[in-house]
Amino acid sequence: MLDFIAGHANYWLFIVLMMTGLYIVVAKGNLVKKIVGLNIFQTAVFMLYISSAKVAGGTAPIFPTDSKGYIKTDGIDQIIYSNPLPHVLILTAIVVGVATTALGLALTVRIREEFGTIEEENLVEIEQSLTRADNKAHGEAMGGMA
Amino acid sequence: MIDTFSAIYLSMLLPLLAMVGNLIFADRANLRDGFTFACAVATFGAVLIVLANEGSAITQEVSLVEVFPGVDIAFNVEPLGLMFALIASGLWILTHIYGIGYMRGNNEDHHARFFAYFCIAISSVMGIAFASNMFTLFLFYEILTISTYPLVAHKGNKDSVDGARVYLGILIGTSIALQLTAIIWTYALTGTLDFTEGGIMEGKVAGWLAPILLALYAFGIGKAALMPFHKWLPAAMVAPTPVSALLHAVAVVKAGVFTMLKVGVYIFGIDYLAQTGASEWLMWLAAYSIIAASVIAMMQQNLKRRLAYSTVSQLSYITLGMALATSMGALGGGMHIAMHAMGKITLFMCAGAIYVKYHKTEIYQLKGLGRAMPITFAAFFVGSLSIIGLPPLGGSWSKFLLMMGAADTGHVVIIGVLMLSSLLNVAYLLPIVARAFFLPATGDTPTSYNEAPLFCWLPPAITAVGCIILFFYAGYIQEFLMPMVGG
Amino acid sequence: MAGAVEVQHTALTLTDHLPVLQVAIPFLAAPLIVLVGNRTFAWVLSFVASALALVISFLLLMAVYDGGYISYALGGWEPPWGIEYRVDAANALILFLISAIGTVVLPFAYPSVKAELKTTSHTLFYACYMLCFTGLLGVVVTGDAFNVFVFLEISSLSTYVLIAVGAERDKRALTAAYDYLIMGTIGATFFVIGIGFLYIATGTLNMADMSDRIADQGSNRAVRAGFAFIIVGMGLKVAMYPLHLWLPKAYTFAPSAVTIFLSATATKAAIYVLLRFMFTVYKPEFVFETNTSLLVFMPLAVIAMFSASFVAAFQVNFKRMLAYSSVAQVGYMLLGIALLNQTGLTATMVHMFNHGITKALLFMGAGAMFYYTGSAFYDKLGGLGRKMPITGACILIGGLSLIGVPGTAGFVSKWILVQAAFENGWWPVAIAIVLSSLLAVVYVWRAVEVLYLTPPAKNSTAKEAPLMMLIPMIILAGSCVYFGIFTDLPLGASETAANVLMNGTNGELLR
Repeated sequence: MLDFIAGHANYWLFIVLMMTGLYIVVAKGNLVKKIVGLNIFQTAVFMLYISSAKVAGGTAPIFPTDSKGYIKTDGIDQIIYSNPLPHVLILTAIVVGVATTALGLALTVRIREEFGTIEEENLVEIEQSLTRADNKAHGEAMGGMA
Repeated sequence: MIDTFSAIYLSMLLPLLAMVGNLIFADRANLRDGFTFACAVATFGAVLIVLANEGSAITQEVSLVEVFPGVDIAFNVEPLGLMFALIASGLWILTHIYGIGYMRGNNEDHHARFFAYFCIAISSVMGIAFASNMFTLFLFYEILTISTYPLVAHKGNKDSVDGARVYLGILIGTSIALQLTAIIWTYALTGTLDFTEGGIMEGKVAGWLAPILLALYAFGIGKAALMPFHKWLPAAMVAPTPVSALLHAVAVVKAGVFTMLKVGVYIFGIDYLAQTGASEWLMWLAAYSIIAASVIAMMQQNLKRRLAYSTVSQLSYITLGMALATSMGALGGGMHIAMHAMGKITLFMCAGAIYVKYHKTEIYQLKGLGRAMPITFAAFFVGSLSIIGLPPLGGSWSKFLLMMGAADTGHVVIIGVLMLSSLLNVAYLLPIVARAFFLPATGDTPTSYNEAPLFCWLPPAITAVGCIILFFYAGYIQEFLMPMVGG
Repeated sequence: MAGAVEVQHTALTLTDHLPVLQVAIPFLAAPLIVLVGNRTFAWVLSFVASALALVISFLLLMAVYDGGYISYALGGWEPPWGIEYRVDAANALILFLISAIGTVVLPFAYPSVKAELKTTSHTLFYACYMLCFTGLLGVVVTGDAFNVFVFLEISSLSTYVLIAVGAERDKRALTAAYDYLIMGTIGATFFVIGIGFLYIATGTLNMADMSDRIADQGSNRAVRAGFAFIIVGMGLKVAMYPLHLWLPKAYTFAPSAVTIFLSATATKAAIYVLLRFMFTVYKPEFVFETNTSLLVFMPLAVIAMFSASFVAAFQVNFKRMLAYSSVAQVGYMLLGIALLNQTGLTATMVHMFNHGITKALLFMGAGAMFYYTGSAFYDKLGGLGRKMPITGACILIGGLSLIGVPGTAGFVSKWILVQAAFENGWWPVAIAIVLSSLLAVVYVWRAVEVLYLTPPAKNSTAKEAPLMMLIPMIILAGSCVYFGIFTDLPLGASETAANVLMNGTNGELLR
């Protein structure tokens, strides 16, 4: 049992981080905090990938070199490497994550400029009043809702 | 000589040509209407060529394009469809003349648009008449619904928009929800939708399923105005009278019952219906529809609405003919398409003529009007008698055949229903004529001869004469339709 | 291995490079547009790029129309190690749809973007448009699971931007874009978690390879968890009910050209990914998948068909009405998947195509009217059908196709779908399909009555839309009717695609 818990430590951490991130996205009303939550959420996934790449006893997937920088040729097939592919994948994912964060923050700035707030409840209030205005202007005559 | 299928395509394309002509010559009234008239005559000519070529034979189908595996847009000639095409295209000529008189005499707007949609409707009626499978029929059925919608909503006021909404709602609703389901179900079970002599259901559809499928078809064919899906027909009376006359007494409603007959005869097959008893319930419903609609008609004070309910009742005769599941019944139903078309278009054109000249729409306003409009009311009288089914008018023969069919099946009650219905017809049609001829004129009704415009009274007079002629040629029609039931 | 790659390189011709050119051309166009920085030239460049993509996708579709597949090793690295682009009938049809819509929208976009956005943002708009286009094409063309995620994010990120620029007319576009960003990112991350599980379980990222290994080892908990994550993640992108909440807002407030493009392509690409994972990577024989489609997809699809249509019927904004209708139509596509038979999959494929052109046409009509009125609210559109007869007629054709009136493209897909339901003996589902299309009659006809039967505003300056808008609309309206009668192209390709997906027979390797 203990082995099971300890042996899957990376997964437990992944679950905790993922849930923390998701919770922040859902529960926090501040748009910046939501993006922070999103970041934590994504980071959890990075962890999942990278920890899965670990091979027991494995080293970084780099050819060993001697002091002069030449690649050692002897004993190379005895070395155990960790799987490099997930690292590469996550490099891409990090780039995507950074882009998402940047875009999200840029949107937040624009929302602050237009609405004067970045708190969700205020935003919802403003939007509802806009919708009500639409209703009044366009909805009543048509017997529907905007 | 033009071969049969070129003539079929011509009969569909010529109305479309007329539509294009209407759009191009929109502002030149005489040229436009003359061009449409020429196209109408040519369309009738094309159908006559088909008649001359094929007679009452059932031809092979010719496929235009395959839409789904085994489902084509395809056409063929068979007597019932040919008769329907002849009626619709022949009466189109008269209705067009009448329509010119009506639209101009009544100062309606948007003549070009009106006639353009009219032409599309006629073209799709030709498609329905010559369709060789259920899919093609359904395609044109829906085009007909949609092209007549703007005609019903033509006036653009609130009444007509509401009426058009009911019209479209019921027709599209029933056809998509019920008829389409039935068609796809049929296709899933039998793998074909071709109209085949003796039907396609035999041995492929379980007996218990047949009544359900028939119900989907019967209610799905909303144009047949079977109760309780009949409300669209009175609602459509907001349309200008030429529409009510040709489309809602002849083309559209007849497309409905025509589809009903096609389904009964060529999809289910008369024998299959008789064996499974699938149509027994439909027979009783049609009988109910006949009586109930007649009773409602009696209570209507608006002339066109009364005629509309009368149509609902008469359409159920044809449904009844199919549901009897005997060849005599099916023949009677088929013949009634022709007889009722001639009679009812007369009545509607008269109603329109009265409206054009004196703007009277209610029956109580017609007192004494017969002296001012003797020709109109004489035509109305002849049309009424034909609807009632009295000799020497066409309507008597189809009713006679239906009764024979009912007698074949031993349903005495149905014979009673048909006779009772005739009495009810007398009760709601003849008082109109009597009121016009025998009661003194009141209010602004003139007492001396003052007829509607020539273009408005001549067409109903012609169709009234047609009712009389049909009486003497009923035998030919019966013989002509015989191949339909394999005779 | 290096030697093998060398040999392959020498044998390649331009035709062999089509799968990568499909993505690379628009991808290269995007930075080029930014560098050039001239608005007209930007438009020309993106039009040329998308037209080339259209030609390529058509060639690909013709190549795989009868079955078989094309495999392309990116950079010469052979699959399953390298990234593989794999084209068969299933994705060739979607590629064709995306590039056709992308090309047809551009002429429309020119006047529309001019009217709706300020001049400084035009070049960037086209750059983003090209990126979004690239992303969607990439999602569809690739045979590598992680590559799907990368392209998905390329298209998503540019989509958020494209939606947000609508803020120049209504600031709610910003919150719409933000909401979509949060939801979309969660969806994409769920998807990538699913891929992670699959990678952990199988050790490969190539979809075909993954499929073989899952088939060999059978299902286990990691594989099943991966399935759940992928379905939920993609469900967000698909706007599967009840994960659709981002869609109506985004479609309503985005610039017209963007809405047209997205409505026709974005959800379709996502559905394609769903199909690919449900039928190629996982096999439909797995019990958990049968249960998913029966207990999740089918009820959700039916609910979407009714509730979204119902909501659409009460809208007073034309664009928003169409957006809700999209949610309902996605329901039909998911229902086709849920039926789990070949006809059902054919229905899904053909409905993606048909609904794509139909909805693009309708949103174009809305955009053309927006061009004059600056509003998509019904009370501003009164009588415009008569003032803009061609636009009105096009909207009418689109509306009829949306209802599924015979003779239009929408009818074909509805027919196949109902037929598929009957094949399974699920007649209540068949009845649900036809009943829900009655709701489509209601919401379409409300719009038609507004356009034709209400009097136009007295001071209305509306006249027929400019030629640049009319031509795309006429093309799409024409194809709505054409594909309603001559069904060879979409239906034939869909049948091949359904066969590929259902039976897993990829056929022969064509190239």
